[in-house]
Amino acid sequence: MPMFKPLARPLPFFALWMLITLMLGLSLQARAAEDETLAQAGALLVQKFDQRADAVALLVERDHPRTQEILRLLQDGELYYRKDDDRLFVIKSAETGAEALDLLDGSAVTIEKKRDFKKVTLNNQMRNQISQALAEIGLKAEDPKRRAAAVRELLGALNEDTVSVLRNRIGNEPVAEVRELMVLALAIQDLEKGDEATRLQAIEQLDGSLEPPVRNALTALLGSDAADQVKRQAQLALNGIDEKIRYYGMLETLYFGLSLGSVLVLAGIGLAITFGVMGVINMAHGELIMLGAYTTYVIQQLMPNHIGASILVAIPAAFMVSALVGIAIERGVIRFLYGRPLETLLATFGISLVLQQAVRSIFSPLNRSVATPDWMSGLVEINPVFSLTLSRLYIILFCLLVFVALVVVLKRTPLGLQVRAVSQNRAMARAMGVRSKWVDALTFGLGSGVAGVAGVALSQLTNVGPNLGQSYIIDSFMVVVFGGVGNLWGTLVAGLSLGVANKVLEPWAGAVLAKILVLVFIILFIQKRPRGLFPQRGRAAEG
Amino acid sequence: MRTKASKSKLLLGSVSTLALSVSMNVAMAAEDTIKVGILHSLSGTMAISETTLKDTMLMLIEEQNKKGGLLGKQLEPVVVDPASNWPLFAEKARELIEKDKVDAVFGCWTSVSRKSVLPVFEELDSLLFYPVQYEGEESSKNVFYTGAAPNQQAVPAVDYLMNDLGVERWVLAGTDYVYPRTTNKILEAYLKSKGVAAEDIMINYTPFGHSDWQSIVSDIKKFGSEGKKTAVVSTINGDANVPFYKELGAQGVSAGDIPVVAFSVGEEELSGIDTAPLVGHLAAWNYFMSVDADVNDGFIDSWHSYIKNEDRVTNDPMEAHYIGFNMWVEAVKKAGSTDPAAVQDAIVGVSVPNLTGGYSTMMPNHHITKPVLIGEIQDDGQFEVVWETSGTVAGDAWSDYLEGSKDIISDWRAPLSCGNYNTKTGKCSGQNF
Repeated sequence: MPMFKPLARPLPFFALWMLITLMLGLSLQARAAEDETLAQAGALLVQKFDQRADAVALLVERDHPRTQEILRLLQDGELYYRKDDDRLFVIKSAETGAEALDLLDGSAVTIEKKRDFKKVTLNNQMRNQISQALAEIGLKAEDPKRRAAAVRELLGALNEDTVSVLRNRIGNEPVAEVRELMVLALAIQDLEKGDEATRLQAIEQLDGSLEPPVRNALTALLGSDAADQVKRQAQLALNGIDEKIRYYGMLETLYFGLSLGSVLVLAGIGLAITFGVMGVINMAHGELIMLGAYTTYVIQQLMPNHIGASILVAIPAAFMVSALVGIAIERGVIRFLYGRPLETLLATFGISLVLQQAVRSIFSPLNRSVATPDWMSGLVEINPVFSLTLSRLYIILFCLLVFVALVVVLKRTPLGLQVRAVSQNRAMARAMGVRSKWVDALTFGLGSGVAGVAGVALSQLTNVGPNLGQSYIIDSFMVVVFGGVGNLWGTLVAGLSLGVANKVLEPWAGAVLAKILVLVFIILFIQKRPRGLFPQRGRAAEG
Repeated sequence: MRTKASKSKLLLGSVSTLALSVSMNVAMAAEDTIKVGILHSLSGTMAISETTLKDTMLMLIEEQNKKGGLLGKQLEPVVVDPASNWPLFAEKARELIEKDKVDAVFGCWTSVSRKSVLPVFEELDSLLFYPVQYEGEESSKNVFYTGAAPNQQAVPAVDYLMNDLGVERWVLAGTDYVYPRTTNKILEAYLKSKGVAAEDIMINYTPFGHSDWQSIVSDIKKFGSEGKKTAVVSTINGDANVPFYKELGAQGVSAGDIPVVAFSVGEEELSGIDTAPLVGHLAAWNYFMSVDADVNDGFIDSWHSYIKNEDRVTNDPMEAHYIGFNMWVEAVKKAGSTDPAAVQDAIVGVSVPNLTGGYSTMMPNHHITKPVLIGEIQDDGQFEVVWETSGTVAGDAWSDYLEGSKDIISDWRAPLSCGNYNTKTGKCSGQNF
């Protein structure tokens, strides 16, 4: 065995033995220093915020091997200390009976009383300090996404150390996107510190970048004592960037408008059926939306471990709940009041109060918290100044889906045919053998069910509470009347265009005035065209 | 100070009046009891906040009775429901004082409800303890303001942001009504007096129950990305906060980038929210449930056993009622009578423990001294105190930063006995409050 050969000769063996002893000694010494650092940091972490910040600085400065791990624990709120002896523990969930791992030696303890342990909490300065420190460590990360995030975090906040790290790594950086960010980061640095030539080169590199620190650095340069030539170039680059920002700002406004519009359409489209097709002024429409939102809450309580799937389950459930309540309202109250709009209005208003108070009694007057599933939260970042919020994107898509489904139901199914027949000429439809009362109940159920589905979407955007319905009833009527009573396409176009109009007005008129202006516009519009955007034609509409 | 708008408020109000105005008088009046009126909405939009305060008062009265009552008599609570309907507040207040003959009333939440009952209390010369933070610019002989005045909440919060976080640009965002408008007027004047330029202040108002915050959050994001540290000072009212914070989270604005300090978000409001996107945002109050004090632990324990639910939270207006009620008890003992005029004189200068481990004193302007705490929202829906004033701060009825109110003082002790005394002209305004 060749491996044991050296052992046969005494001198190299001795040398090896010496070497091992020496290394062991050195590493022991290093271990001792590390342990001391950790102990020092630990003692600081259990004190007030200032000392905690010192502890983080200490770990980063001494480059302790567990720095990254401890910073992440702090960031995730999983580091606790025991009140009796100030020992630090890692706790995943602070529940009685759960396990607490000692930070230093990894031994496990069972939590007997929740109050014995206190979390090492952070404040905003510390959160910034930690994310900055993690970003500096993250520059060396394996994952290119994390490297990119680290460089972005450090844009405009470089110091001498990070500059030299970046300069060393930029040549070896395999991913183009990260490399570009690194170039940007260094160019911003050059802009602040460099001479005329480096500055001009930096401006060239920065030209067209939409990262906010770039714009700030250029603006700062204009106010500095740089040469005129540099300032001219900087101004040009800045103009280009502002141009782009304006363009994306318009796109953003459009997106905001469409997403507000899709909420209006969702809220109004159920009403387009009950009010538009059946002519029932249903003041309890908002409460049917509210019931849908509460159904989402209940479903989430029933399946707490599957929040992502719960929303999908909630959609049919909310449809059923609201539809059944709607049918009950129609059978119990509205059918006795057909052709008497004022009485219907008052009766349904009463029902809306009853539903609100019922919810208050069952669920308490406090708002309920509905969690947003992971797949719905976050951003689609198109560039640093323009990103689409995922939840809104899903709601726009969902709105279109509901719309298409309703159009198909009304145009392509026997039920739809009967609904249209009854709404156009009740007497004739009955003469042809359509059970008009049954159709009335189902139509009202359909409209109510769609309101419930809207409630699922709204539960992701706003409060789930007893007052949810009230805030949408006016908007719903506005959309339906503006779009033209009895026309689904009208509701879609009206909702989306009102949403966009509102968002276009909002930046310069303010939210309050924008809303007023939109209402005034609708009043004037209805004066001119009382039947809305897409009036229903034909004999039924005349009657 | 906070109102929740319902679009059909009037109609709603009058219908719910019919349906729900049944006053819940507890038992028939025994001859030798001291009656205490509780004027909080138990139905309608404000029920969400005010029901808790009614329960707090019932608990405090029950505890006082266990201790032997007051002046040898038992206390008897008289609960009425003004149903979130402002004119009904005045009617119910009159009913409490004239028909039920209560000796003091604890109640109201919104400023408009307080303004609505004010003439009734002054006409019938009774006492109202008002437990909610408000916009100031008022001092009535008959009202004791146990919530925070702007200098006990808004101004210290701005100081903290400016000095400790180095904030240089300010977004003042609020709901469009009297409390945010007055508070923002004071804050704007205050910031300008500290040398903040006009272009570094952005003021934004939104309607009640505003739910679409996309453009505003996007504007705030842009305003905050121009190189200077930016913070949002939010006087956005209760319900509209949830979609606002959700939108902040959705657009990736974290508390580290742009912190939001709110004056209307407390533990109760957070219990209806998924707090994950809110962690690190701030609130300024005079009390947090998380405060480490024995008296607070005791209060939380008795609240949990009274309400029979370990998950219920405590909040700042509850502490205000705790202080106000104990002050009234002490003043009655001192005066030896529940007569409102005697209590009014006796209560000035009375000190009682607050729940943060110190003492609060009733000042001659009918406001009290309180510590100011800034807390950061944690993921469990509680606040972690990150800053507090070294001592207590006395409530200032008339702001020192507003033109027209900085020369005005309030002192209800003889010989001045005036809530609106101009030190320049030496005149007491004819106005009573």
